[in-house]
Amino acid sequence: MILKRLNITILSILLSIGINSNVNAETENECFEKVSRGIFKFNQGFDNIILEPVAKAYNRLPEPIRNGTGNFTSNIATLLSIPNHLLQGEVKLAGHATGSFLINTTVGVLGLGNPAAALGLKNQKEDIGQTLGTYGVGGGCYFVLPILGPTTVRDGVGMVIDNNYLDAFARITWHEDKIKDVSGNKIDYLGVKAASAVDFRGDNMTNFESLEKNSIDLYAATKSLFLQDRLKKIQNSKTSDEESWGELDK
Amino acid sequence: MKKKLFFTIIIYLHFISLFAISYNSEPKIFIQELVDDAVKTLSDKSISVEEKNETIVKIAKENVDINALSLYTLGSIRKNLDQETLSEYQDIFEKYFLKSLTSRLTDYSSQKFEVIKSDQKSSNYTIVSSKIAETVNSPEIKIDWRVYTKNPQKPLIRDLIVEGLSLAKTQKEEFASILNSNNNDVKALIKKLEEFVFN
Repeated sequence: MILKRLNITILSILLSIGINSNVNAETENECFEKVSRGIFKFNQGFDNIILEPVAKAYNRLPEPIRNGTGNFTSNIATLLSIPNHLLQGEVKLAGHATGSFLINTTVGVLGLGNPAAALGLKNQKEDIGQTLGTYGVGGGCYFVLPILGPTTVRDGVGMVIDNNYLDAFARITWHEDKIKDVSGNKIDYLGVKAASAVDFRGDNMTNFESLEKNSIDLYAATKSLFLQDRLKKIQNSKTSDEESWGELDK
Repeated sequence: MKKKLFFTIIIYLHFISLFAISYNSEPKIFIQELVDDAVKTLSDKSISVEEKNETIVKIAKENVDINALSLYTLGSIRKNLDQETLSEYQDIFEKYFLKSLTSRLTDYSSQKFEVIKSDQKSSNYTIVSSKIAETVNSPEIKIDWRVYTKNPQKPLIRDLIVEGLSLAKTQKEEFASILNSNNNDVKALIKKLEEFVFN
């Protein structure tokens, strides 16, 4: 009950901050930059003290273990991608994702293997933030969440909707609902999310180091990369900046 | 005396041209040759770090459109700048760019690089797609190169798009953030760049 009330409050706050309707111009506006920069520093501290050392240790594990972890967390994320593919009208991709989940969960031993990829089944990650983006809902202002990192109003609202309604894994674990005798708890949820974060951090060790070393405003660089990435995922294509480059040649 | 001086200059220019680094003008081959050259230099254990950096800087100066990149990253504010400030900015930008480039290339030099295809976007631009092979610390990385082909005989790199994310755009937005928090004062940006270059 308290959690539901909290969710509604978060949704109302996020919506009151405002969502613009221009999806192509992923927002550069900040909701509260000073606070976000403070949280960003906190997250950097968290990364330096906990996430990076754990990811470095993780990278020393044998490759099959790291691959298995990556496959396992990706397979669970498919549960969220399926309804979002359908909401975007991408029936073929929803079919691919469903096939991928079923094959990897059974033949791939609970998702540790990825035999579906060998069969040519695509497993593209989708969330409700992306779905709203495809509907033309703009990002709204940008802010940074503790531990969870950069987001926008649209994606923050999306995260709450995904967790409460669309993500079957979150329903079973975080909300402790039983679906066809499958049950779990919050520890399971946090464990999978933590493994996913460590796997991502480990995969991008060089990229993070290079970005940190070569940025004169790491906060702004991270923001730019995040917004470009979201736009790319919404449009399911590479970002193009032909206009700006064209203007330079005039 | 004049003739002697003339021949000396000609011989000197010819000598210099022998050491100029030139690549194929076809964008796809241009990128492959350029990266192969850079990787070969960075992985050469017989030369010092300073020598490696010098070669990379030379390759970049001849094959990257640093001047256009400096204007692009400054955004529309460039139109309102006086020539002196613009020159000051472009001078420090070049130093900043070359320092960060050598650092970035060193980070990725041990990885296997392969050019996949090229796509001509217009008479001015061709996008060359490539990839860096997977390693323990990094998955496979897709890199697109924005090659400026206005002069077909002398292609120039204008941007690197890593996994769909433009480095030039990121740089531009990083600079915009600094400018925004300093009332669009380019001197503040120049100071920040100097701090990076000289530290």
